[in-house]
Amino acid sequence: MAGDTQQTGSEYIQHHLTNLTFGHTEHGWGFAHNAEQAKEMGFMAINVDSLGWSIGLGLVFALLFRWAAKRASAGIPTGWQNFVEMMVEFVDGTVKDSFHGRNPWIAPMALTIFVWVFLMNTMDLIPVDVVPYLMGLAGVHFQKIVPSTDPNVTLGMALAVFVMIIYYSIKVKGIGGFLGELSLQPFSAKNPVVQAIFVPINLALELVGLLAKPFSLGLRLFGNMYAGEMIFILIAMMYGAGWILGTFGGVLQLGWAIFHILVITLQAFIFMVLTVVYLSMAHEDH
Amino acid sequence: MNINLTLFGQLISFLFFIWFCKKFVWTAIISAMEERQKKIADGLDAADRASRDLELAQEKATEQLKEAKHEAAAIIEQANKRASQIVDEAKQQAKTEGDRLKTAAQAEIDQEVNRAKEELRKRVATLALAGAEKILQANIDENVNRELVDNLAAQL
Repeated sequence: MAGDTQQTGSEYIQHHLTNLTFGHTEHGWGFAHNAEQAKEMGFMAINVDSLGWSIGLGLVFALLFRWAAKRASAGIPTGWQNFVEMMVEFVDGTVKDSFHGRNPWIAPMALTIFVWVFLMNTMDLIPVDVVPYLMGLAGVHFQKIVPSTDPNVTLGMALAVFVMIIYYSIKVKGIGGFLGELSLQPFSAKNPVVQAIFVPINLALELVGLLAKPFSLGLRLFGNMYAGEMIFILIAMMYGAGWILGTFGGVLQLGWAIFHILVITLQAFIFMVLTVVYLSMAHEDH
Repeated sequence: MNINLTLFGQLISFLFFIWFCKKFVWTAIISAMEERQKKIADGLDAADRASRDLELAQEKATEQLKEAKHEAAAIIEQANKRASQIVDEAKQQAKTEGDRLKTAAQAEIDQEVNRAKEELRKRVATLALAGAEKILQANIDENVNRELVDNLAAQL
């Protein structure tokens, strides 16, 4: 907590923004004890908290929806099943609106993205100190419970989307068609010499466009959630500054949390829709 | 904030959850929903059909009722006609019978009258003869007189 451990404000923030990282240190394999150590571990390390919460929430999604799917019948749906069917119908409608190809994987993927990202974002609403404090009592020093504030998580998903874009582009259009799409537009000419000059220009433009898709996808979610988390942390700092500021902080936190309900839903929806749109573009043959 | 293996951990778990969702969640729910949609559509169809049937049956019943009324009216009319016919016939018969009786009575009367006339004629003849006999007090040729009187009687 902010007040009782004589942390400065920046230390408090830094602490909240450090993942529980498992990797190789000079003392062998283990958890990093501070942010610098985590940085030194380089690429061969795992953010145990991000991945743990992320997979845990994924399992929550999988099991809850599996439960409803098991009981799904043509009879009268009740309670949870109703909700799941509502979600399925909503996602199905959104996918049908923006995806015009025939691919049975797109809709389940969209549902997975929407619910999973929503659940990950929802962790943002838990007061920032609760889980890290409890974990601290158990001897774990770092804990970031919102997986979508970890760029590894959002970019990991975006990377998967990127892989799917490449895969379906090649599957639908063939290697030649895909490369042609990358190199023969937007500029083209009848004259072969001029066309040869245009090819590298086109390639540069299209590659940037192609790479921008997963990057913007991953960074948009990360940026929004990170900023939201940061504001929660800043508000939480007020609790250590006397009861007037503390009360004010409480009001602020409530307000921001209510506003954030909109943000987390919107971001989950945007991630889903953009993924569907990108894959729809990958399916379109010119 | 460091990019590390978490990236691939997330990538793989993402693909796994997509697979799980497609395999164990999506298909089951969508097929159940489609089945239910079909069932509801069928149910609505059946209800439509039933109400149409009901309408048809009502129409038919009304028609039958009308027909029955019609028929009943026709039967009553026929009966009335028949009754009046019977009455007419009876009247006619009665009249004929009456006429016949009248004619017969008339004939009898005529006959009776004739017979009475005949009788009278005979009696008159005889009476006249007797009267004449008494008046003349003479023995007249009965045969000649008789012829005379008979001619007289025939002229009566």
